[in-house]
Amino acid sequence: MGMTLDKEARQGLTLLSPTALYALLMLAAPLAMVVTFSFWTQNYLDIETTLTLDNYREAWSKPIYQVLMIRSLKISLLVTVVTVVLAFPIAYFLSFHVKNRKALWLFLITVPFWTSYLLRVFLWKVILGYNGVLNTALMELGLIAEPLTFILYNANAVVLTLAHAWAPFAILPIFVALEKIDRSLLEAAEDLGDGPVRRFFRITLPLAMPGVIASTLIVLIPTVGDFITPKLVGGTDGLMIANMIQIQFGKANNAPLGAALAVSSMMIVAVISLIIYAAGKKFGGRVQ
Amino acid sequence: MSSLSKYLSGKWLTVYAVVYMLFLYAPVFLLPMFAFNDATIISFPLQGFTTKWFDVLWETQALHGAVRNSATVAISTAVISTILGACAARASARYRFPGKRPVMGFIMLPLVLPEIIVAVSLLVLLMQLGMSLSLWTVVAGHVLICTPFSIAILSSAFQGLDNSLEEASFDLGESRWGTFRRVILPLVMPGVVSSLLICFTISLDEFIIAFFLTGTDVTLPVYIWSQLRFPTKLPSVMALGTILLALSVVLLILAEWFRRRAAKKQGIEASAGGFM
Repeated sequence: MGMTLDKEARQGLTLLSPTALYALLMLAAPLAMVVTFSFWTQNYLDIETTLTLDNYREAWSKPIYQVLMIRSLKISLLVTVVTVVLAFPIAYFLSFHVKNRKALWLFLITVPFWTSYLLRVFLWKVILGYNGVLNTALMELGLIAEPLTFILYNANAVVLTLAHAWAPFAILPIFVALEKIDRSLLEAAEDLGDGPVRRFFRITLPLAMPGVIASTLIVLIPTVGDFITPKLVGGTDGLMIANMIQIQFGKANNAPLGAALAVSSMMIVAVISLIIYAAGKKFGGRVQ
Repeated sequence: MSSLSKYLSGKWLTVYAVVYMLFLYAPVFLLPMFAFNDATIISFPLQGFTTKWFDVLWETQALHGAVRNSATVAISTAVISTILGACAARASARYRFPGKRPVMGFIMLPLVLPEIIVAVSLLVLLMQLGMSLSLWTVVAGHVLICTPFSIAILSSAFQGLDNSLEEASFDLGESRWGTFRRVILPLVMPGVVSSLLICFTISLDEFIIAFFLTGTDVTLPVYIWSQLRFPTKLPSVMALGTILLALSVVLLILAEWFRRRAAKKQGIEASAGGFM
């Protein structure tokens, strides 16, 4: 291109190169490999390297994969809505009502997240089980006569457990967005006669939108790929697409099909994310 | 509508916040309860106090191996991620160059990529290259997901640096390396320590990548996963979880303390500059 880089640019690029190179070798190359793999086929013990769309045909047409994919998306979207809606008031509380101890609250919110993920999921099984903490407590209090069975080994349990696991990731971006809101805007709205409700919907929520969108995406994208929670608390009705991907790479020994399933689910999630991003930008941008 | 304004009022929000925190802490409170509970079955009512489940941990050889493996992986991950994170954070905070945004964006990508995708793509590449799985393949995966966290922590440390300090050091005859070692490094050191601790904690607890990329030597979470299948092993797993919880909390408090010291150090530095 005939472009010469100045000294500063060269120094910057040199300094960034180890990290960039690592990402290239350990992220770009593997991602390219998994996409290539999805066009190959498993031939017993060997991999057949003729390019074909067979894996995608199977992934998109077989009912079992369709069911798992649709269920994963439903569960993930539900988890995202539940997590973000539950998290918003906490972020609002931290930003507008906590005066002196914000850092302490933030720290307390992140502590449960740093305990072993596996054990946290497992403990939800203990809480929600037939003889679990919740059922025992409710029966002691005389609120129920028989243990509740609809709370474990189904999609409800998966939603609850994931909403718990991703709580801090939903709270923090919304909190950051709320902190950035210029408080004088709210006063101005009040002076101009907006009540608290109008003020919330016309000023606070639109300005907090970037944070809401960020937390929506941060929760949605990884939950589609979780296979521990469905396996531990989901029962057979709560299994998700990631469980199938894991099976294809493991017991079923069909890595190319697993790769096609992984690529397909990533594409679908990417499209949904873009739609959410665009919708959020429109809503947030209009009022600003 | 008036119910909503009530809902946004301070009193109700405080009540909500307390209930929400109980929800967040429910599993965390249960962990030590069952670790010290004198019963093989994990359920209420509690049966009495015991420390025998912790004694079981001392006698389990497979666990000791897993702890050693996890320590190796977590320490290696922390050191490599922090070095890579420091390079990227410094480059991004100090220099302007073409392509900075897309390259940085790509490096930060693992933050929003499901771990299973990172895991299977690395697995596929390693299979294709004919490399065998070992603790080092786990480290390779962990470095990938920890580097973005390290960059996030170190970026604020490097952004707070005053460029004039660096210029002053050059004017006084220090070399580039000397300036880095004697001026910049001491100022960002608390951030570096904080990054090491956070990366160590993430790696120690990471399961999905370790599950796919581990060979015959398993890490601690993979070991815990294998134990969850056996009901009789559960109380000692609870004891192990309690120890890990205590360790994580201590490491986090340390990381936070170092991060604040970094902020304070630079705050004083900046105010001194302003005063002059």
